[in-house]
Amino acid sequence: MVVSTTSRPGGGREQGARGGAPPSAGGRRRNGLLPVRLRRLGLPYLLILPALLLELLVHLVPMVIGIGMSFLQLTQFFLRNWSAAPFAGLSNYRVAVDVNSAVGRSLFHSFLVTIAFTLITVALAWLLGIAGAVLMQGSFRGRGVLRALFLVPYALPVYAGVITWSFLLQRDSGLVNHVLVDQLHLFGERPFWLIGENSFISVVVVSVWRWWPFAFLVLMAGLQNIPSDLYEASAIDGAGWGRQLRSVTLPLLRPVNQVLVLVLFLWTFNDFNTPYVLFGKTAPRDADLISVHIYQSSFVTWNFGSGSAMSVLLLLFLLLVTAVYLVITSRRRSDA
Amino acid sequence: MREPRWLPWARWVGLGLLTLFTVTPLYVMATTAIKPLQDVQGDFNWIPTRISLAPFADMWSTVPLAKYFGNSLVVSSVAALISVTVAVFAAYAISRFRFPGRRVFSITVLSTQMFPGILFLLPLFMIYVNLGTAIGVELYASRLGLIITYLTFSLPFSIWMLVGYFDSIPTALDEAAQVDGSGPIGALLRVVIPAAIPGIVAVAIYAFMTAWGEVLFASVMTDENSRTLAVGLQGYATENDVYWNQIMAASLVVSVPVVAGFLLLQRYLVQGLTAGAVK
Amino acid sequence: MRIRKPYLLAAAGALVLAASACGGDNSSKGGGSTGAAEQTITYWASNQGTSLENDKEVLKPELDRFTKETGIKVNLEVVPWSDLLNRILAATTSGKGPDVVNIGNTWSASLQATGAFVPFDDNQLAALGGKDRFLGPSLAATGAPGQPPTAVPIYGMTYGLFYNKKMFKEAGIDKPPATWDELIADGKKLTKDGKWGLAVEGASVSENSHHAFIFGQQHGADLFDSAGKAHFDSPQEVAAIKQYLDLMADAKIVNPSNAEYANGTEAVQDFVSGKAGMLMWQSIATQLKQAGWTEDDYGLAPIPLPDASSGGKQVNAMVAGINLAVFKSAKNQDGALKFVKFMTSKETEQNLNKAYGSLPTVKDAYDDPAFSSETIKTFQQILGTTAAPLPQVAQESQFETLVGNAMNQMFADAASGKPITEDYVKGKLTEANQQMGG
Repeated sequence: MVVSTTSRPGGGREQGARGGAPPSAGGRRRNGLLPVRLRRLGLPYLLILPALLLELLVHLVPMVIGIGMSFLQLTQFFLRNWSAAPFAGLSNYRVAVDVNSAVGRSLFHSFLVTIAFTLITVALAWLLGIAGAVLMQGSFRGRGVLRALFLVPYALPVYAGVITWSFLLQRDSGLVNHVLVDQLHLFGERPFWLIGENSFISVVVVSVWRWWPFAFLVLMAGLQNIPSDLYEASAIDGAGWGRQLRSVTLPLLRPVNQVLVLVLFLWTFNDFNTPYVLFGKTAPRDADLISVHIYQSSFVTWNFGSGSAMSVLLLLFLLLVTAVYLVITSRRRSDA
Repeated sequence: MREPRWLPWARWVGLGLLTLFTVTPLYVMATTAIKPLQDVQGDFNWIPTRISLAPFADMWSTVPLAKYFGNSLVVSSVAALISVTVAVFAAYAISRFRFPGRRVFSITVLSTQMFPGILFLLPLFMIYVNLGTAIGVELYASRLGLIITYLTFSLPFSIWMLVGYFDSIPTALDEAAQVDGSGPIGALLRVVIPAAIPGIVAVAIYAFMTAWGEVLFASVMTDENSRTLAVGLQGYATENDVYWNQIMAASLVVSVPVVAGFLLLQRYLVQGLTAGAVK
Repeated sequence: MRIRKPYLLAAAGALVLAASACGGDNSSKGGGSTGAAEQTITYWASNQGTSLENDKEVLKPELDRFTKETGIKVNLEVVPWSDLLNRILAATTSGKGPDVVNIGNTWSASLQATGAFVPFDDNQLAALGGKDRFLGPSLAATGAPGQPPTAVPIYGMTYGLFYNKKMFKEAGIDKPPATWDELIADGKKLTKDGKWGLAVEGASVSENSHHAFIFGQQHGADLFDSAGKAHFDSPQEVAAIKQYLDLMADAKIVNPSNAEYANGTEAVQDFVSGKAGMLMWQSIATQLKQAGWTEDDYGLAPIPLPDASSGGKQVNAMVAGINLAVFKSAKNQDGALKFVKFMTSKETEQNLNKAYGSLPTVKDAYDDPAFSSETIKTFQQILGTTAAPLPQVAQESQFETLVGNAMNQMFADAASGKPITEDYVKGKLTEANQQMGG
């Protein structure tokens, strides 16, 4: 059954919902009596109602409250009774964006670290993903096993995978230094990986390790969607493997990449689990990712007004990036 | 496709490096779990010199692992189940109906992926406490509260993926069913869902894994009775010692079911992605 | 005192019974001694033992005794330290939490500021045997000065210098160091063959901030002025923190690896496994017991005091310990207060402090011979004479986070060989200071 259902979409997709739905809606209107019409009109709302209610409860209403909190001076003195917290106006925001104040400066630093972290992670995860997916094309012995193996880091619960890395990265008893120092003699002195400057490298490596299988999975699915006759046609035109990669594979993967890169970007940018499990509640300065930074600003120092203001700024930034990204990539897509 | 002669070599080198990168931590996890604590605290050894199964025995008593395991299992399965159901209905509405608000709804749901968890953690927690008191059902620090939270975490991605999948199923199929006398719901149940099984399974896996791995909300919204593995595993770093071998043993044990399930069902995930989201 | 106590209790009990009778919903169960059997209280204990399970084992017999005496059942949850503050925060914000909770005593003033806890006024303290029954220093770490305590101390702890007798003997050192110069000299003798003079927990925010306070005291630094304004970057504090960092950076008697220790246990492990000869720490009785060490193997001395002429304070430890607080939102406040009385009773104090290797916080508990060991006597003496409580101000928790975190970074730099200059330390501390209530 599985085979039959998946083989069907490939052929009929273009005549699918996009083009088909409006006429079918018209068809309903034609032979519907009034109560039926009403019911039909209400049905889609009924169908999305559960999702809408849940999103309202867990995401939207709390977010609105969170935005409200960002205008309050919500410190430990007022936690028991929020209504007593003094209105702070924009002062939480002013402090957060003032790069001359220590709070603003450290937030900005953390923001830059996060940008660098996200860009490098997404780029590397994508590169490894495409390399893995392309090299796995064709059939060879052990392909199934390898594919399963590659997916394990993504399937592993975050804490299990990341906590293992934190063990690998220990200075004295970890594998990384054992290999680099004891076996390869690359360093005279054992470097630190969980504190100081190297902590940035560590969090990137761990994050890539966790996310590249996702890129691999999605890209592999994308590759399977490329009709083989396109390859055959380009082969007849005399295109070699590299040319095919450039002129068939990558262009056809563009819509996949558009979504994949965006999703990876958002997930990595907002990732709290990886740095939190790797470093604990207080991250080293060089790996001070913004999610942990805000967590510390609100939950460790109990200043929720200021923490909320920082989160709102972060959200605005992500909205902006996403919008710009979608506009740019969609334009290129329609140009192509 | 014609392959250049160097490709097999590149394939083995490339895949070999990827395998090394992927497997090393897994290998360390597995071997550390069978070392005595002393051997774990000293210099690293690739090959365990002494093998001890004690970590697998001790880990159950250092931390009430079985209880946390049960909690994670209940929370994740129920969250996945409900998430999938809710997502199927919503995706069906978006895929098959044109109604005012459709775009707004899709965009809003998708944009929640951007929300930093920190922003709504405390408000959500307040809502749970107050709502819980109002309706007499404990939401805060209960498994029910966690289930509701987690299922919404996976909803946006699930809806989005299922919309793509449903779009790929020709509407002619459900129209035929509707001509045969089924309503739209009948068409959904009888035609669309059976045709979308790979997509639905894929979404269920995703929802389960999201819930199984979440740390932030679990650390604030649980108590001892509802604590999940994500928080429970921190219990091995005690006042007394950091039991690395037990941490690894426990990590191994909590990973095996998810990883095994994931690997068994991963072909659905690929199929789901292929037919649905990734077009 | 002894005569007055029962009266007070009876009066308090009668009042509460009357109140609950008026309240209505409990009145059918209340009234008379039979109703008490149905009462429960919820207690969040902190992790004092070797594991959460171990804590439950230690506490269970005591809690059973309480239930037998009062008819009140105790719903126990041992909360890991990593969660405790978040959970208290949750309970404070929502008004939904346990009746009684353990708090680290350094949090007292910060938590007091939330107004979530029942203040212990003189009457309530009298019900517990009066102010004078408690150790002065421990009682001083229960909230802002001049206000009724927000919690009562149950386990007393303080800092001392543990030393490995065998390693000292092998290095030809016959007594523990009494001055900082001696400590560094001894440390240098001990530092050889992969072993080190001293172990520190260099990436632990709480350990670092505690030492920032102790060393700061020795240099005469005041972290907060009388108006509550922070001064983390005073020249005295800079000198203090530099002195602490220099144990690794300059004297090199601390293994640079210690800059990575964050769990609050790894420095202890280094000491107990003989990788480091000295350790400035609170009670480590359970770890020592697990390693099979006796007082023949280790000794405890006070941390060196500063030269009396230096202008610093004669302080070499902070008043550490665990306090017990009652939530205002407690459903069973009467039961909660009874529980506090039970936990501070002589017998309970003796049993639990024995199990945890901590110091009883009530004077009458010291007649048990278990508290006459050398270690306990030394700790007791330090706590009684040269220990000072951390500043009892609402911003204390911010101090711990900001300064502790700054020190994490400084240790990381020190460990990788960066020069630790005064300007450098001052820069980091100024940054921390500026983040206070900006």
